[in-house]
Amino acid sequence: MSIVRENPVDKYLRTERMPSIWCPGCGIGTTVTCFARALDGSGFDLDKVAIVSGIGCTGRVAGYLKLDSFHTTHGRAIPFATGLKLANPELKVVVYSGDGDLSAIGGNHLFHAARRNADLLVVCVNNFTYGMTGGQVTPTTPYPAIASTTPYGAYEQTFNLPGVVAAAGATYVARWTAYHVKQLAKTMGEALSKKGFRFIEIIAPCPTLYLRRNRLGEGLEEMKYYKEKSVLKNGANPAEVGIDYREQIIVGKFVDVERPTLEEAMEKRMREALGAKYVPYQQPGKMSPRS
Amino acid sequence: MSNAESSGVLTGSHYLDGDHACSEGAIAAGCRFASGYPITPSTEVVERLSQRFPQCGGRFQQFEDELAASIALQGAAWGGTKAITVTSGPGFSLMMEHIGLAAITETPCVFVNVQRAGPSTGLPTQPAQGDMMQARFGSHGDYRLITLCPNSPQESFDLTIEAFNLAEEYRVPVIVMLDEVVGHMTEKVVIPPADKIKVTERRWTKKKPGEYKPFDANGGLVPDMVKAGDGYRIHVTGLTHDDRGYPNMSIPAHEKMQLRLTDKIVKNADKIIRFDAHDLEGAEVVVVSYGITSRVAQKAIAQAREQGIRVGSFRLVTAWPFPEKQIAALSKQVKAFVVPEMNLGQMVLEVERIASGRCRTIPVPHVGGTVHDPSVILKKIQEAVR
Repeated sequence: MSIVRENPVDKYLRTERMPSIWCPGCGIGTTVTCFARALDGSGFDLDKVAIVSGIGCTGRVAGYLKLDSFHTTHGRAIPFATGLKLANPELKVVVYSGDGDLSAIGGNHLFHAARRNADLLVVCVNNFTYGMTGGQVTPTTPYPAIASTTPYGAYEQTFNLPGVVAAAGATYVARWTAYHVKQLAKTMGEALSKKGFRFIEIIAPCPTLYLRRNRLGEGLEEMKYYKEKSVLKNGANPAEVGIDYREQIIVGKFVDVERPTLEEAMEKRMREALGAKYVPYQQPGKMSPRS
Repeated sequence: MSNAESSGVLTGSHYLDGDHACSEGAIAAGCRFASGYPITPSTEVVERLSQRFPQCGGRFQQFEDELAASIALQGAAWGGTKAITVTSGPGFSLMMEHIGLAAITETPCVFVNVQRAGPSTGLPTQPAQGDMMQARFGSHGDYRLITLCPNSPQESFDLTIEAFNLAEEYRVPVIVMLDEVVGHMTEKVVIPPADKIKVTERRWTKKKPGEYKPFDANGGLVPDMVKAGDGYRIHVTGLTHDDRGYPNMSIPAHEKMQLRLTDKIVKNADKIIRFDAHDLEGAEVVVVSYGITSRVAQKAIAQAREQGIRVGSFRLVTAWPFPEKQIAALSKQVKAFVVPEMNLGQMVLEVERIASGRCRTIPVPHVGGTVHDPSVILKKIQEAVR
């Protein structure tokens, strides 16, 4: 007798592309499962959900999700997504990328998209390193962690990502770790249903590079660290949730406010200024083949 | 081809500069998304679009830099609209990575570069034609695209429409290369009625989701398109990919993709190439020029003809793909090509390569900052027949 059981997230994945490129113990796949579960319970028309990634290990997420998906250039997923959303306003647009991609090379776009409240959900998997290129230091690598380009330990001030995006104007900011799968899926579902610039940071293990180089064990040991050192503080001041090396990780939802999105602000101002002369942007119509 | 949307077309005779004419060309072509970042001497294009778009159903977004502007328009293109971005000099350098992205993802879109003198910050408010090779080879890797060179505000309007049409026809980024003089000179521009403007619409697939592959040209060279949100669940990547759009790191996959990307331009070159030639019959010298320099050269050509020199003119309207056949044929007829351009030798290299020693190729270089003195071009024409 054979029992065929379909994994409930399979239908959200390009299963023909499995196995993924991610290493055993990597946290990225776990976050993708949470995202698929968030989609599963959402009731959204998934034909109207698009996902955009930059470059890097997390940058490969777009390619594994069975959605309209765009794997763009390093650091530039957010402006691509902004153009996509402005041109096709009925889409829900999700940006899914890593700490190096979003906060180093893409930092300028991250902050300005938060400032203008671009209607995007940005999921940032923070593994404290550039995985794809072999484990170099990123803006989030804490003192004194070893990376391939800080062989004597990292020493720069790090970005506290929830703090910087909240300061720039993000309307929804939350953080979980790859251990908090239920909470993460729930937060992703909630964030998907809201408007404006939403940012979810996920602390995730990179066993091959970050953990190994710092002699921190395997993925499982990292889960124990997340479990033991995570402190739930919903409503915590985002400026005060920075992460020191192997110290506590404050998790929860830090910001959940409403203000007009980029599109709403644009529409409102044009109506005020132009009145009847304003011709609103039209959602591109259904495709009709050219004869 | 269909007719332009009448809602945005500013039919009539106008007194416009080349930058503003470019904006009107975009609107007439059906473009409804523009992204930009301020930079002289191109800013007027997006300034006008930011003013006009809200009155004809378009959206303009100013971004934080040219990196953002040059990828936002590609997001907009996949969202289903026609999109443009506009820049000059340093901004064009920043956009190079995304010209490569548009090439490999076969995203129809239009880049405008109003050339100023460089390198680096150079002469921000003064003209040059120093980006001609950058327009062809500026992004890393092998790729082909289309580059158009207007020489008047009227042509800035006309060729911006053409740029959109070519972008849709070949799923390729098209670059409109103005120079500061064409961008800032004001002349009469006639905008025809919408029903007289031919516009190429996006070629949407007739296939159903599941059957459609975004990079399968079905034995042809240019695949049909879809847009995000219509149920096709496409994947688009800057990695080497197969017909489905899935990354494929094998050499055969790379070869297949690369050769088609090249072939769709090379094998259609005769259909793409536009030029404007005069007095070639019996010519012993032909002046090859483009952009504002072609108009400066007119004076030198007229003076040379008054002196009895049989000189013709060949104006590049498409710089890329380059009119190889036409230049090769002429090289068998003439004693020399004279190639004035506002740089120290760029398109002249291509003329020389195609002439292949069958005739002389005489460069007339100029550092830019201002246009040539026609007498300098005249001297080279005289030298060519000596």
